[in-house]
Amino acid sequence: MSRIRLSDARPYSELLLCRVEGGLGMERKLTEMGLLPGEKIKRVDAPGDGQVILIIKGAKVAIGKGMADRIIVQECVNRKTIKVALAGNPNSGKTSVFNNLTGARQHVGNYPGVTVEKKEGLACYGDYAINITDLPGTYSLTAYSLDEIVARNFIINESPDIIINIVDASNLERNLYLTTQLMEFGIPMVIAFNMSDMFESTGFLADDKMLSVLLGADIVYTVGNKNKGTKELLEAAVKAYESGQNRKIISVNYGNEIEEEASKIINLLDSFNRAAINYPKRWTALKLLEDDKYILGLIKNQPSGDEIIKQVEAARARIKGIFADEAESLFADKRYGFINGVLREAITRKRESNLRISDNIDQIVANRIFGIPIFLAVMWLMFKAIFRLSEAPMRWIESVQAAAGGLAAALLPVENLARDFIINGVISGVGSVLVFVPVIFLLFFFMSLLEDSGYMARIAFIVDKFMHKIGLHGRSFIPMLLGFGCNVPAIMATRVIESKKDRLTTILVNPFMSCGARLPVYTLLIGAFFSNEVSGNVLFSLYLLGFLTAVIMAKVFRKFIFTGESAPFVMELPPYRVPTLKGLLIHMWERGWLYIKKAGTVIMLGCLIVWTLSVFPLSSKSDLTKSFIGMTGKAIEPIVRPLGFDWKIGTALVSGVVAKEIVVGTLGVLYGVGENSGTDIHSLKEALKKDSYPDGRPVFTPLIAYALMVFVLLYIPCLSTAAVIKKETGSWGWTAFSISYSTALAWMAAFIIYQGGRLFGL
Amino acid sequence: MPEEIISTAAHLSPGQKASIVKIEGRGYLRKRLLDMGVVPGSTIQMVRRAPLGDPIDVKIKGYHLSLRKSEASYIIVKRLA
Repeated sequence: MSRIRLSDARPYSELLLCRVEGGLGMERKLTEMGLLPGEKIKRVDAPGDGQVILIIKGAKVAIGKGMADRIIVQECVNRKTIKVALAGNPNSGKTSVFNNLTGARQHVGNYPGVTVEKKEGLACYGDYAINITDLPGTYSLTAYSLDEIVARNFIINESPDIIINIVDASNLERNLYLTTQLMEFGIPMVIAFNMSDMFESTGFLADDKMLSVLLGADIVYTVGNKNKGTKELLEAAVKAYESGQNRKIISVNYGNEIEEEASKIINLLDSFNRAAINYPKRWTALKLLEDDKYILGLIKNQPSGDEIIKQVEAARARIKGIFADEAESLFADKRYGFINGVLREAITRKRESNLRISDNIDQIVANRIFGIPIFLAVMWLMFKAIFRLSEAPMRWIESVQAAAGGLAAALLPVENLARDFIINGVISGVGSVLVFVPVIFLLFFFMSLLEDSGYMARIAFIVDKFMHKIGLHGRSFIPMLLGFGCNVPAIMATRVIESKKDRLTTILVNPFMSCGARLPVYTLLIGAFFSNEVSGNVLFSLYLLGFLTAVIMAKVFRKFIFTGESAPFVMELPPYRVPTLKGLLIHMWERGWLYIKKAGTVIMLGCLIVWTLSVFPLSSKSDLTKSFIGMTGKAIEPIVRPLGFDWKIGTALVSGVVAKEIVVGTLGVLYGVGENSGTDIHSLKEALKKDSYPDGRPVFTPLIAYALMVFVLLYIPCLSTAAVIKKETGSWGWTAFSISYSTALAWMAAFIIYQGGRLFGL
Repeated sequence: MPEEIISTAAHLSPGQKASIVKIEGRGYLRKRLLDMGVVPGSTIQMVRRAPLGDPIDVKIKGYHLSLRKSEASYIIVKRLA
């Protein structure tokens, strides 16, 4: 099969896109155009066109000659696509193998209807385009966790041609547990012994021929973080595909009693409507005996389901009678028994080696005395690094935005609506999306650093007791801490929390952690109404209040909404590993790009809406007080009056919905001390102090200022945060709930502070 | 013949090894423990407690697992006195 450059391909030839030269950036560019490896394209330009014109998925795309030079294609004769599912334990290095197989030719989506991430990618090998889906990392395939249900449903419903099973060779016994379950689907499997370098250095020897016979699958040695064995893995997958189903499918023998009961159930399943339940029969029978709620539910809904359920219950009772234990334990037992048999046959220990670097690191890092100080130092460093390193790029983005604004102003000298739209609508909207990008990218970089190195699990281990006390999970710690910087990345960071209850609780209370955007509001009001001696304490009290609110609300949610047992904390502490830069960058890019795409659209839209409301109706002649926003401010005055706020504050709060720092800018405009782009803080402070009602009462007092700060702290998460809440919960309901309950809470808190303060004569 | 003492994994002291007899309880926790290799007959070794005293870090099937004491108390073990 010859590979050629696209620029050399004959016109009207059917081509298969294989890879792109010129690094990540180039691949990304093409991915955006829909030019994915494995995609069939047709070249349709005539000589002399000056550019290469392609037909891809029925659409015409024109690209430059230079780009066409860098695209490697293959002339299709009889291309076949192989569908591969990539399975494996968490921490088995699956992600790095996936990255090696697909490079940057991957895209992230979601499994339909759930918030589980679905990564897909393509690899080319020989005449084949290999379509790889990265299943969620799981230890087993029960119906207890969403990840596991998603993984097994993919295998069953999408019927991949091949399963590539990534096994951590340095922890074979537990990793093969998932393997024994994957074998039961009857799909040809290739097993990648990943981290095989570790395996050899710990003094083991594997007889891979023997292993391959015992497990009924080809064995390939890979080292994910060194990109070893990638080609061999593809080769094995293609070989398994070509030799097809004639491989003997091996299954664990669960002992006479269980096998007997299973065959009875299989007989009943024979008469069953296969259209409704198309799972392999033996697998279904075993799952029923294992009391798998998901499969039980499916069977129950069938017309003749009751008969089967009765049979299953009787069988489970019989098994329990014989073994004095639940069937589940027996299954686990037999699987591990099978694994032990395999290991005894095929693995020899050359020498006893117990000296694991990882254990030594834990002696210090998870140590009773040093554990907490080390952890605090790491957190502090990460926090500092994220927000310090993002300062420069943020400033740079702001100055580019200002320059763009200036340029637009110069190009459009006539003051009109279009000009205003471009400068204050589009440019500042794009700016408010981009300004988060450095923080987000850095955050994801550090998050993957913690995750890939294995330290993340130790963090959960160290802080779980404290977090559990306040109604959260050990893994909620990082998102809560990041909330002090910015709630957007913080909420995205909740992905590491497995249990849905814990994750939702963490998402809902996260916005109370006072982020950086609220600081300008505090600075303005504290500077104007509090003396220098107390200003530090006032500021600290706000942060503390936010944190306490989060803790109290987490408790409330756990008690009233997410009731029931808290999720168990049964978590692997994986060996420490040195992460690869490539892996970190891919991870960072993926997540960051997703943010720009998803949250960006919503933020942009919100900014444009606020802009529209601030210039319309046109009769308002850019007088904010007469615009829709001003009208809204006036309309909500009765609502904020009990908090001591006038309509101007109301207006500022309305526009602050987009981003809390806009509160300052809006006050600036209302008090006529500067434009949107730059508010003169000093004169604004003076204006706030001087402002009074017609009867001479001051509009602002220290009490009102404090009530306002508390309101800004607690009310509605900013637009970007709301967008991310929608994205992460996948539900408008939770988003609406988050917005409404926090605003109600803010109102109550400000009410108590203002009215209470007045009682005390403040 | 040294005497065998039946207790739970939550009651082991750091460094102590024991053999798992049974997993109590039902539902998700039990299933999860079984999936993670906490099965009767395996050896479990208490490695350390977290700095705040909970959760604990145990070694099972050659890897480290952390779980809360409340969860470890479902793991019935026998250790040599």
